[in-house]
Amino acid sequence: METKVMNCIMCPMGCEMTVTLENGKFAAVTGNSCPRGARYAESEVTDPRRMLTTTVRIKGGLLPLLPVVSADVLPKGKIADCAAYLRNVVVEAPVQAGDVIVPDILGLGVDIVASRAMENVND
Amino acid sequence: MELYDVVIVGGGPGGLSAAYSAYRNGAKKILVIERDRELGGILQQCIHNGFGLHHFKEELTGPGYAGRCIALIQDKPEIRTLTDTMVLSVSKDKKVTAVNPERGLFTVQGKTVILTMGCRERTRGAIRTAGERPAGVFTAGAAQRMVNMEGYLPGKKIVILGSGDIGLIMARRMSLEGCKVQAVCEICPYSNGLTRNMVQCLYDFDIPLYLSHTILKIKGRDRVEGVTVAKVDEKMQPVPGTEFDIECDTLLLSVGLIPENELSMAAGVEIAPFTNGPRVDQRRQTNLPGIYAAGNVVHVHDLVDFVSDEAEIAGKFAALEAQGNLVPAVNTVEVSPVNGIRTCVPQVLHLPEGGEPVRLFMRAGAPDRKVTLEVKCGGEVLVKKILPVVKPSEMITLDIPAAKTALMHDKITVGLQAK
Ligand SMILES: Cc1cc2nc3c(=O)[nH]c(=O)nc-3n(C[C@H](O)[C@H](O)[C@H](O)COP(=O)(O)OP(=O)(O)OC[C@H]3O[C@@H](n4cnc5c(N)ncnc54)[C@H](O)[C@@H]3O)c2cc1C
Ligand code: SF4
Repeated sequence: METKVMNCIMCPMGCEMTVTLENGKFAAVTGNSCPRGARYAESEVTDPRRMLTTTVRIKGGLLPLLPVVSADVLPKGKIADCAAYLRNVVVEAPVQAGDVIVPDILGLGVDIVASRAMENVND
Repeated sequence: MELYDVVIVGGGPGGLSAAYSAYRNGAKKILVIERDRELGGILQQCIHNGFGLHHFKEELTGPGYAGRCIALIQDKPEIRTLTDTMVLSVSKDKKVTAVNPERGLFTVQGKTVILTMGCRERTRGAIRTAGERPAGVFTAGAAQRMVNMEGYLPGKKIVILGSGDIGLIMARRMSLEGCKVQAVCEICPYSNGLTRNMVQCLYDFDIPLYLSHTILKIKGRDRVEGVTVAKVDEKMQPVPGTEFDIECDTLLLSVGLIPENELSMAAGVEIAPFTNGPRVDQRRQTNLPGIYAAGNVVHVHDLVDFVSDEAEIAGKFAALEAQGNLVPAVNTVEVSPVNGIRTCVPQVLHLPEGGEPVRLFMRAGAPDRKVTLEVKCGGEVLVKKILPVVKPSEMITLDIPAAKTALMHDKITVGLQAK
């Protein structure tokens, strides 16, 4: 049996949790204040995942950039690849908050969506 | 002169939440004045997620949170918003003078005014640092605006001074944009950011964090070429012989925020020590009758959710006052932070007959674990709360029920119980 101390990152509370591993596999967790913490702990020791927030270029908007967010967590090891891919994406205004900007990014099963609305300033 | 029930200075989440709350509490004519080209305040550049869990019960990005606040007030005939409009002065008798390209200079009269101007970044860390004045030194927030809204990078090889949340968030942001973040230096022996940001923004990207270290010298003449870093002792003085150089072309400063109170001070609003914002009561009224304040202008918040909570309080009481429905206060109680609590907002309570529910927002002086927070009056403990962890970077909140406030007189203290 092995234990690992980690901080939950699912919300700003940052609860300190102790995870128990048996034969390298998740067995139990203590210290979390809510069920999201338990789910995070299990995934962190088996398949760590993170949200991605970045920007894509937008044409015709008030700003040259549109902030985007992954609709769900992505494998931690793929975050850099996804960010690099999104650096080359260009969209056109108008966009609504929640619009899908890139469906199923890099085949990972997660959509990238707009964080905010942006009107077309030329309309 | 146009007359409004409530005039709100600043259209960030504070101003927008205050406007919505004023509307819900019966104000019929509300004006929000914002100097930027759009509403939403600083959140429009904070593109990361983690906002709103507490206030909207949903995890949102900064622009997402701003969008929610804007949606709540849009299309309400009672609420008018002006963007691209700079407030130049607020007077004691609640006249607000502003300027914009369409109307030029104009003045409106508020029955009440709410100050929600937010805060700006400190730059002092750079001014005290030795060296030439090369290009490549930015505040972290200015760099955040460049990278997230304007579309250019401040540099390629980055060192960040200060491990507050903005510094940490920018370490990740620059890494995701393909820059190399060489190091984050923090003068305190602990990080000043949220734990989740330490994990996601530094550890995930293998960015070294030098605690108890500061930057002695910025190298380079025309462009930053590197920095000289040294360890500091308990008195935060550099330890001779510990200096080393880090190569970089850009230095980002994340050395704290200061509430933006030029307008407040010119109006005659009393500023409290330590928080550097208006001294307010539990209704967020300043020392000037009818002038309220909320959000980062009162004290720097790390969580926008608390900004909204606080602004809703201000909006509610400003609306009640404008309609002549404010229950008069009969009891004045001073609030003093003691033992391990560095700041507390509100600084004073003006309580009506029978008391009123009060929420205190506090910051601890140093990190600690398993402590008991106590509110005392005349030696008697009125409210207690056990806190598993306290950190100077994370705000502590405490709700005091009306019945307990009815027992208060003259002065209360809030502090951590001696261990
Ligand atoms: C660079 C930076 C990054 C931050 N990152 C985070 C984060 O990641 N997470 C988090 O929870 N919090 C963050 N914060 C704290 C954040 O500021 C608060 O959570 C929240 O946005 C504060 O809301 P506010 O309405 O009080 O101030 P602001 O959002 O700053 O809004 C104040 C508004 O008032 C306007 N204004 C000021 N003076 C005038 C005037 N004279 N006339 C007209 N308008 C005026 C400003 O233009 C601005 O829009 C950050 C703060 C800064 C400075
Ligand atoms: S366990 Fe729950 S409360 Fe604690 S940090 Fe995680 S999500 Fe937040």
